[in-house]
Amino acid sequence: MNVQAAVDIVLVLVILLDLAMLAVSRLSTLVRLFAIQSLLLALLPMAEGLLSGTMPGMHAVEITGGTIGIKVVLIPWILLRIIRTGEIHAEVTPFLGFAASLFVGAVLVAASFAVSARLPLPMTPLSAMLVPASFSTLMIGLFVLISRLKAITQVLGFLLVENGIFLFGLMLLKSMPALVEIGILLDVFVGVFLMAIVVYHIRRTFDHMDMDALSELEGR
Amino acid sequence: MNVLRVILAVPEAVVVLAMPPLLMSVIAKTKARFAGRVGPPWLQPYYDLAKLVRKAPVHSRTTTWIFRAGPIVSLAALLTVALLVPVLTRGTPLGFAGDVILIAYLLALGRMFTVLAAMDTGSSFEGMGAAREVTFGAMSEPALFLSFVVLAVAGRSLELGRMVGAPPLGAWGPVGPAMVLVVGALLIVLITETCRVPVDDPATHLELTMIHEVMVLDHSGPDLAAITYGAALKFVLLGSILLHAALPHGGLPAWLDPPLRIAELAGLAVLVGVLESSLARLRLNRVPLLLAGATVLAGLATVLTLMRSTA
Repeated sequence: MNVQAAVDIVLVLVILLDLAMLAVSRLSTLVRLFAIQSLLLALLPMAEGLLSGTMPGMHAVEITGGTIGIKVVLIPWILLRIIRTGEIHAEVTPFLGFAASLFVGAVLVAASFAVSARLPLPMTPLSAMLVPASFSTLMIGLFVLISRLKAITQVLGFLLVENGIFLFGLMLLKSMPALVEIGILLDVFVGVFLMAIVVYHIRRTFDHMDMDALSELEGR
Repeated sequence: MNVLRVILAVPEAVVVLAMPPLLMSVIAKTKARFAGRVGPPWLQPYYDLAKLVRKAPVHSRTTTWIFRAGPIVSLAALLTVALLVPVLTRGTPLGFAGDVILIAYLLALGRMFTVLAAMDTGSSFEGMGAAREVTFGAMSEPALFLSFVVLAVAGRSLELGRMVGAPPLGAWGPVGPAMVLVVGALLIVLITETCRVPVDDPATHLELTMIHEVMVLDHSGPDLAAITYGAALKFVLLGSILLHAALPHGGLPAWLDPPLRIAELAGLAVLVGVLESSLARLRLNRVPLLLAGATVLAGLATVLTLMRSTA
């Protein structure tokens, strides 16, 4: 099996994990799926080096290490901890049924493939699958953001969007300084950290984290 | 189709037609092994069939000819499908361009007659089973068809015998990732169509939870034998499509095909047995999600294949 085929299969798995996240009903499973997806994404910068026949550079190793450290270990750990200690009801409550959202997800994936075939790119990506996979992850992340009620699933939607952007950024890997990459990772981490605290406080104050109930301001 | 091919098909047909109950035995033995039991004798399904054939059928007075035609038409449809699906060798006795559509609709015809026969009895339980069977059948059909599309594009043919099993072993060419998805989708279709756990439980004895079994409650004697045998044959046929797609024997000598395929079918039966032993049956309202998942898998595979073949 050559590296190109392996990259393709990883990208297909990334899309499948996106779709699986639309169909799964347990919050903890959702978080684990996100961790697996991030792990797959973290391996891609290394493949870049292997494809050109050289050892992966220091740069790729830094990004892979940072991604694994923050998105595979730290963030899932925080989220799982909230789910466990926050006495959160461990099931997702979607606006749209699971089968329906799965179909919406499939349409989004197909649309991503259609759009990215017409997209003029300044450079050839790692694989023909890269841009479609990135768009799919982005769109499904946005869909999760708007279709799920719980604050914690919205955090996950936000993380999915970030994963999509990370995939897109892989094209620019060579020209993007590690400092910027680490900065983005830290931003995401701080974002999740703050959201975790907010979710915890919503839960403490209102006894639930249904975002739909937070849409009205109290005027005094 | 030449004369030699037809003559060669006779011993193949004998094996293919004799094999299905034995594979059911393999599944039963695997499940028994998981449960720490010995399981029924290997030839038990054959004894059961022989016993059923000797009995006289009992027909309720409220039923019409449809009830009697149901099992016969279903079995005849499956036997016709057997002529179109490559089971032990490459190629099929009666294959022609576009036969995939006939295969899918022969399967649907068989299902329709089973359903009609169930409704003909007027029993509310059987009507319920019929409704479920039709719902799940309709939902697994898109997955089957999208898988056929991928196989047709990959194999550059519309004849099932040429679509699958042709490329060399291990090399799926440019459609590698898509093929993995198709195999997954076909496995879900196989489990749904043959009514195995996690979609349906062939061993359940509670009408409320049955799907396939509840439809055949009123059949007896030779009718029931035809249905039981047809279910086993369906497993062999759909399993063969799956195996030919997943494990093409392109680079191997042709005489190796029959023994290898028999071993693979046995392996598939063991896999189904393991799945049945390790998975709980899905809640009925979660089954559509599984089938939607299969459709999405096959749809994604279609998108991937079309992207590759146009690029």
